[in-house]
Amino acid sequence: MKNLIGLVSGLIFGIGLTLSGMTDPSRVRGFLDLFGDWDPTLAFVMGGAILVMGPAWLIQRRMAQPLGDSAFHLPGTQNLDGKLIGGAALFGIGWGLGGLCPGPAVAALGTAPLAAGVFVIAMLAGMMVHSWAIDRM
Amino acid sequence: MIIPGFPDAQPIQGLVGGLMIGLSAAIMLLGAGRIAGVSGVLARATGIAKSSMPRSMSIYFVVGLVLGGLAFALAFGPVAASYPPSLSLLAAAGLIVGIGTRLGSGCTSGHGVCGLSRLSRRSVVATATFMVSGIVTVAVVNALGGGW
Repeated sequence: MKNLIGLVSGLIFGIGLTLSGMTDPSRVRGFLDLFGDWDPTLAFVMGGAILVMGPAWLIQRRMAQPLGDSAFHLPGTQNLDGKLIGGAALFGIGWGLGGLCPGPAVAALGTAPLAAGVFVIAMLAGMMVHSWAIDRM
Repeated sequence: MIIPGFPDAQPIQGLVGGLMIGLSAAIMLLGAGRIAGVSGVLARATGIAKSSMPRSMSIYFVVGLVLGGLAFALAFGPVAASYPPSLSLLAAAGLIVGIGTRLGSGCTSGHGVCGLSRLSRRSVVATATFMVSGIVTVAVVNALGGGW
């Protein structure tokens, strides 16, 4: 059941990202080019996603457990620390440089294997650097 | 549909694609009780990080994500995409995104979609931070003549 939920959720996510143009790095870069030739498409994507997820959270609050598991597994951390802000700032730099974030990069692996592949391999290397070096401190 | 002043924007495709992303995240939340955050799920699927998500489920999600992109291309033809001019720039960007998303515990999907809609304080701050940081990065690259 969980595997099926994972597969279906991933499939819909991948189709949505591709339909919305988010697997096109120049379009994402256009959204971040606020002081240049701004492309507001990404705002519609996030708006659409939140339009569904807002009510989903309201439903979640009334559920004792999810449909396919015995308990919810949700992040409960509240504190704003340097890791969160520094990590998000770093992520934004890479996002602006390449026009790609993790979801679109993975969703583009089948349609643009070379470019998306280079990005994803480097991203996995970055995640390993984090778990080996930074996470131990 | 064209928004006056923004001839290249695709608001309808963006909105419908966004609704699908929301549906996907809602299935993950209400079905499996978990956050559809791609950086976290990917780190779990590759064994780089541990999480509460069973590894097989994370692999199924990642495979679905790739198949979703492929299915769209099979149904509607080639996907328009222009990438940065150099692979080394892409690699550098990927490396930074990998470190940043792990350090900051999430990316556009986990913080930007799931966290913002939950009104999570951490996600609101993270999303504002990576938006500003991305906008500044593009402005600086453009000012240095490196735009693409």
